[in-house]
Amino acid sequence: MFDLERWEEIFDTIGKNKLRTFLTGLSVASGIFILVVLLGIGEGMKNGISAEFEGDAANILYVWTGVTSKEYKGLNPGRRIQMKNEDYAFTAEKHKDELEYKSSVYRIWNGIVNYEKESGSYRVEGVLPDYQFLENSSMAAGRFINYKDHDNFEKVVVIGNKVKNDLFKSEDPIGEYIQLSGINFKVIGVFTDPGGEREETRVYLPLSTAQRVFNGSNNIGNLAFTLQKEENFEAALAASEKFSAELEQYLKERHSIAPDDDSAVTVNNSLENAKRFFDLMDMIKYFFWGVGICTIIAGIVGVSNIMLIIVKERTREIGVRKALGAQPLSIVTMVLHESIFVTAIAGFAGLIFSLALLEFVGPLIETNYIANPSIDFNVAITTVFILIFAGALAGFFPAWRAARIKPIVALRDE
Amino acid sequence: MIEIKDLHKSYKMGSNSLHVLKGINFSVAEGELVSIMGSSGSGKSTLLNILGMLDEADEGSYTLDGVPIKNLNEKIAARYRNKFLGFIFQSFNLISYKTALDNVALPLYYQGVKRKERIEKAMAYLEKVGLANWAGHLPNELSGGQKQRVAIARALASDPKVLLADEPTGALDTKTSYEVMDLIQGINDEGRTILVVTHEHDIAQMTKRIVNLKDGLIIDDSRVNQVRALENV
Repeated sequence: MFDLERWEEIFDTIGKNKLRTFLTGLSVASGIFILVVLLGIGEGMKNGISAEFEGDAANILYVWTGVTSKEYKGLNPGRRIQMKNEDYAFTAEKHKDELEYKSSVYRIWNGIVNYEKESGSYRVEGVLPDYQFLENSSMAAGRFINYKDHDNFEKVVVIGNKVKNDLFKSEDPIGEYIQLSGINFKVIGVFTDPGGEREETRVYLPLSTAQRVFNGSNNIGNLAFTLQKEENFEAALAASEKFSAELEQYLKERHSIAPDDDSAVTVNNSLENAKRFFDLMDMIKYFFWGVGICTIIAGIVGVSNIMLIIVKERTREIGVRKALGAQPLSIVTMVLHESIFVTAIAGFAGLIFSLALLEFVGPLIETNYIANPSIDFNVAITTVFILIFAGALAGFFPAWRAARIKPIVALRDE
Repeated sequence: MIEIKDLHKSYKMGSNSLHVLKGINFSVAEGELVSIMGSSGSGKSTLLNILGMLDEADEGSYTLDGVPIKNLNEKIAARYRNKFLGFIFQSFNLISYKTALDNVALPLYYQGVKRKERIEKAMAYLEKVGLANWAGHLPNELSGGQKQRVAIARALASDPKVLLADEPTGALDTKTSYEVMDLIQGINDEGRTILVVTHEHDIAQMTKRIVNLKDGLIIDDSRVNQVRALENV
């Protein structure tokens, strides 16, 4: 490795064929470049999709009901399923140890909201205090709805930041009254949501108030839950799958829905969605690895080819060396050394160039599904090992061939 | 020094087999300067290649300095070549991108001699062939005679038992040839065993013994009165 003559020889052969070596190196460099950039983009996609899920608590389970599609126990299909407060109360009680946050939702359709001369149509929902955490909202001003509001049927609302900007402009909304369908509600808080503006166009009021004021009796539209945190993703996924299965079964039994009727009750398990995305991400990642490796293989074949030509050109020299007493092993290492050197230098150039690109251009990429493409240290190290392995592989066949050259044949070679 | 008994060698040429050496018996004592002569196709180069362990005989025995040379694998052959033999080729076979000094040092590199010692020894041999001032030059900056002298220095560098020269003057003009032969005679005078393959009679006359080969057999083996090369320059 630190044999001066060996290095001299390598630089000499490289020096004699600068363009050829450069072009060969370029193919390896571009192989590594493509691999690293692809992996960086893969990581960026993962970041981007993770960011999409940040909108809500990542392990949220959301239940909604629809119309039955199958006849069951003498009941016709086409029945609309309506969940009641008891459904929520039963589930909340039965699973109280597993649940982290829980809320039921009563949605008020036709949510026209007025403040003085301004008005707008927003999504208006009666919710329980936990809903703040289910939506991952944080308070910009004032407070969220609490259980006291709920118990006392208070006519208070919490509005999203966008609603506040639309209706109040720069005014302080806390303590002001807005009208929902002509009824006054006092604004007690403004929230922001990491999910963005769309999620901030909402207005929340206490569930009890919503049901009483807007003729909801004890109907509820949705259930929303999060489960207690688990050690890892797999455990969390298993827990949420178990919970959603139990919940679905309970609701189907209670509302006399055929067990295989999927349209009447839907339990949307965001972890399952997330898993699907992460699985997809893994697939994409493997695909990128595959493409990158194939590109590197193309580079290796190039290096291997060049090394074969070099060995061919140096056949006579190798013969002379053997006549002077060179062991086959020393010929092998001579060729391998050069091949690894060329691959490693070219590969590092590609690696550094691609890392620089990811470092400086990466943060500028802001699309929905790609955020901050980057590559971690381990992956960079892995590519370095791939490089060295690749160099050895590229040199192996030429080296083997060189070692098999018979001195007598080589010396005859003109 | 060299003992050869009943040596046979044939080459396969497609379906035909070409019998090149048909039973050579030959021995060389230490300090001899032997020329092997013969027309092309007589088998003299094949004989030299077998002597040089660059090729292997089909039959017969070969003993070099008391060591039987048989069942060689590449590794052992390389070690023996390095230890016992120095080669001088018609086309010099210097490594083009190495200086004269580095070329001479190469056999020592393969002996595992340390760099500093290697350079010192190589320099001493370059001085011996009168090219100390050319140590830093590349082969293509040297004349033919100088190249061959570098090659001779290289062959001597590993301090071999036997020097094998394959048409050492084949690519040189007469004057330069005689200068090279003078050098070879000088080395022989110091007691080193040298075998020279040639087809030039004047060169052969400068050795002490001429072996004549024809159609794979030795037809004549006689001592001659050595002509000193220097007298003809």
